[in-house]
Amino acid sequence: MSEAAVALPAPRLSAGEALAGWMLTAPAAIAFVLMLLAPTLATIALAFTDYELGASALSWIGLENFAELLQDRGFGIALRNTILYVAIVAPASVLGGLALALLIEAGTRGRALFRAVFFLPVVSLPVAMAAAWQYLLHPTIGPLNAALRTFGIAGPNWLSSSDTVLISLAAIGVWENIGFNLVLFLAGLTAIPRELYAAAEVDGASRAWDRFRLVTWPLLGPTTLFVVTITMTRAVRVFDSVAVLTQGGPNKASEVLLYAMYEEGFTYFRLGYSAAITLVFLAIVLALVWLQTRVMERRIHYV
Amino acid sequence: MHGISVEGLSKDFGGTQVLRGVSLHVAAGEFVALVGPSGCGKSTLLRCIAGIEQPDAGSIRIGGREVTRLRPSGRDVAMVFQSYALYPHLTVEENIAVPLAMRRLNAAQRLPFLGTLLPGTRAARDTIMRDVRQAAESLGLGPMLSRRPGQLSGGQRQRVALARAIVRHPAAFLMDEPLSNLDASLRVQTRREIVAIHKAAGVSTVYVTHDQSEALTMADRVAVMQAGEILQIASPTEVYADPQDLRVATFIGSPRINTLAAEAGADGVLRVAGQAVGMRVAGSGAMTLALRPEDMQPAVAGLSAAVEGVEFLGESLLVHLRHASLGTPLVLRLAPEDRDTLPPEGKVALRFPIARALVFDGAGKRVAVHALSPEASLV
Amino acid sequence: MSDRSLLRDLPRLALLTLLGLLILMPYIWMIAASLKPLDEIFRASLSLLPERFYAVQNYGKVFAKVPVWRYLWNGVVVCGGILFFQLLFAVPAGYALAKLRFPGSGIAFGAVMLGLLVPYHVPALPLYVGFSQLGLLNSYTALIAPATISVFAIFLFRQFFKSLPDDLIHAARMDGLGEAEIVWRIVLPNAWPAATAFAIFSVVAHWNDLFWPLIAVNGTQYATPALGVLYFRSDEAGDDFGSLMAAAVLMTAPLVLAFLLAQRRFIEGIATTGLKG
Repeated sequence: MSEAAVALPAPRLSAGEALAGWMLTAPAAIAFVLMLLAPTLATIALAFTDYELGASALSWIGLENFAELLQDRGFGIALRNTILYVAIVAPASVLGGLALALLIEAGTRGRALFRAVFFLPVVSLPVAMAAAWQYLLHPTIGPLNAALRTFGIAGPNWLSSSDTVLISLAAIGVWENIGFNLVLFLAGLTAIPRELYAAAEVDGASRAWDRFRLVTWPLLGPTTLFVVTITMTRAVRVFDSVAVLTQGGPNKASEVLLYAMYEEGFTYFRLGYSAAITLVFLAIVLALVWLQTRVMERRIHYV
Repeated sequence: MHGISVEGLSKDFGGTQVLRGVSLHVAAGEFVALVGPSGCGKSTLLRCIAGIEQPDAGSIRIGGREVTRLRPSGRDVAMVFQSYALYPHLTVEENIAVPLAMRRLNAAQRLPFLGTLLPGTRAARDTIMRDVRQAAESLGLGPMLSRRPGQLSGGQRQRVALARAIVRHPAAFLMDEPLSNLDASLRVQTRREIVAIHKAAGVSTVYVTHDQSEALTMADRVAVMQAGEILQIASPTEVYADPQDLRVATFIGSPRINTLAAEAGADGVLRVAGQAVGMRVAGSGAMTLALRPEDMQPAVAGLSAAVEGVEFLGESLLVHLRHASLGTPLVLRLAPEDRDTLPPEGKVALRFPIARALVFDGAGKRVAVHALSPEASLV
Repeated sequence: MSDRSLLRDLPRLALLTLLGLLILMPYIWMIAASLKPLDEIFRASLSLLPERFYAVQNYGKVFAKVPVWRYLWNGVVVCGGILFFQLLFAVPAGYALAKLRFPGSGIAFGAVMLGLLVPYHVPALPLYVGFSQLGLLNSYTALIAPATISVFAIFLFRQFFKSLPDDLIHAARMDGLGEAEIVWRIVLPNAWPAATAFAIFSVVAHWNDLFWPLIAVNGTQYATPALGVLYFRSDEAGDDFGSLMAAAVLMTAPLVLAFLLAQRRFIEGIATTGLKG
């Protein structure tokens, strides 16, 4: 064996290697600073100003934007709606994805076909599919309500009634995410060694449910954690369906964080205020990641 | 007279001294094997010569040029890696052509498509291809030039790596355990082919291996390394028969050389277990008497060792013994027909020619022996 | 498990088929409506097949009123441009972070990990201001530039390049290749699995993106397919669901067709790169 591979990397650096390293990272570093680092820092700075697009001057107003957020009924609704949306979409699409994965994995027939069918929404243009949903959920000419009518049920005005709009958007969200989660779960399932199921059966776990509890669920733990966080971060970013279908209405019943940020920033051009909303959004995303690492640390010994 | 010349090379990996002031001189056209247990620094030494690692101190000259601070490509050396390091996305032909293309074509000529339109590219490419074919043919790779490494067997990959090394006629060949990924029979065959390639090319070669049989059979000289130092560098016969260090004596030879704790009095007479063994040494105090398994014979008189087992190897017998008073395990190599000389009760005395006795002092260094009789026995 | 008879497998297949149809519902109705005349749509019958085949009129209207090819071409230019620059920047950086030792590499990798945490919506406001100051809004530059740096790509390529044997790089250096040549001639050709996975992920993400095009572009000249559907929906279609569905079909088709042709690659690509959904 070569001992160089065993030993720690040498601290000694050759000048040529250093130069090559800088040359090769320079384009990425410049783009990183210009397109990501500087604008992100600028967003953070903007959140503490009263900057409006076209204004000739701006002034530091400290936490005033955030104080206003607390008073802002619209923002409160957006925050509450976003949380509610995540609270519906994440569990439904995670459990749905898991159930579908188990169902597909339980036999060999039609695996590729069904996987492709359920994955289709992931690669479909969300704006176009939102338009399709709009037709499907249309109160008078939509096929859904038409079907309900044949059973004598008067379907609600799915996207225009403040009672049902968030549920409808969440259903679309589940539809968009379930195939993605299914594929992640399928990858996790194939990583479980077949012998464990045989061993469980020998040990007396004769029912499918017992084997699921004994083998599948615990060994799928890391995958599940990953799927849960990724679904939550995807759900927090809900924007397209709101922008296309409801514009946050009716009466802010479907207002969500990113749409509020978009409206404040690009409709009313209150960039400072919009930046403050962006920071709240960023904080939620970071909190989710933090939560994931915390949970991961705790169960690391059996992962 | 050029070759490779390494002077006082030191290298430190995160606090461990992997090389401790190593010096090594390889004559032009000479084949030197670096052999030692894993972790002895032999691969690091080779990588320093190649320019893949930078030494902390010392200098390296190749073909009379100071190369210590040069990049690998500027050193005019070719290396065969243990993993072969073939480019998986290139065909055999393209793999072998890479070092030539890099040297004979300029950056513009190497550009895809555009390069072929530049003046001179065509002619240069033609000679490259001719040289590549020639190198490939000499290694029997002719029929597989258009295959990729993934479609080749281990032995074939190994040949491609060799072809890539010889094609550009470098000032030195460096080989890092090139045979360790081959199976046993192929290894013996390839061993001789590498020696033949070296003879034909006449290029200074440093060959790293942990397998002493490779080192002994292939090299002009063998450098035995341990703990970042070269203990001895000499011809294969010399490191085997005339080791200057106890560690060399025990590393070279299979089965391992027999070692017996011994004691030299003020008069220099050497005693094992209190019994004089027929020689005087230069020095006194604790000594080690080392005897190759084939240098001992069963004796008629005395009961010094118990037979614990006999292994039949075809061309020879290995007799495992335990020294009666010291408890040291001993191995004896006998001709198969000598089996009858072993006494039936399982106890034997041992005799050996004094001329074959190797004696080392307490620090493991060889000491000179003055024979008091032509032969001695262990009783 | 796998050698079940078809009969015993039937309940599973039936259930999956039912759920699959549920997932396909929007596609089925979208296509059905795109083939129907408006009065049939307004009758809200549950029949999928049109009584009068109206595809020519519906799709014709889309092509007449909407620069379909322009939108699709914009989508190709934007996705292609983004992917080109992402690879141009991320592949060398990934190689340097995986295989070279240089002062600052720790900071660079830290920046990558930090960058992974920031959704692309966060820098949008200042980028908008910046592009507007430079007069670059409403251009391919505005659509492409913000996405040219993908810290995720750097991370992905670094992980992939780490698994390439060091000796391969050493052999290339001894053969006389410079570091830049090693990147494009040795490392990238051996990174196709990672590169295709990333390419699929990147193209899907940017073809489907609405947020940034909505901010950066105004008007049809530089509109991407996503914006095109949005414009058509609000400007032309109104309640003309037949042609709206036809437009939706047309803009969704390219990616969906690509997906159906290379399902395995798509699914693997998006699942392995799923980290940054």
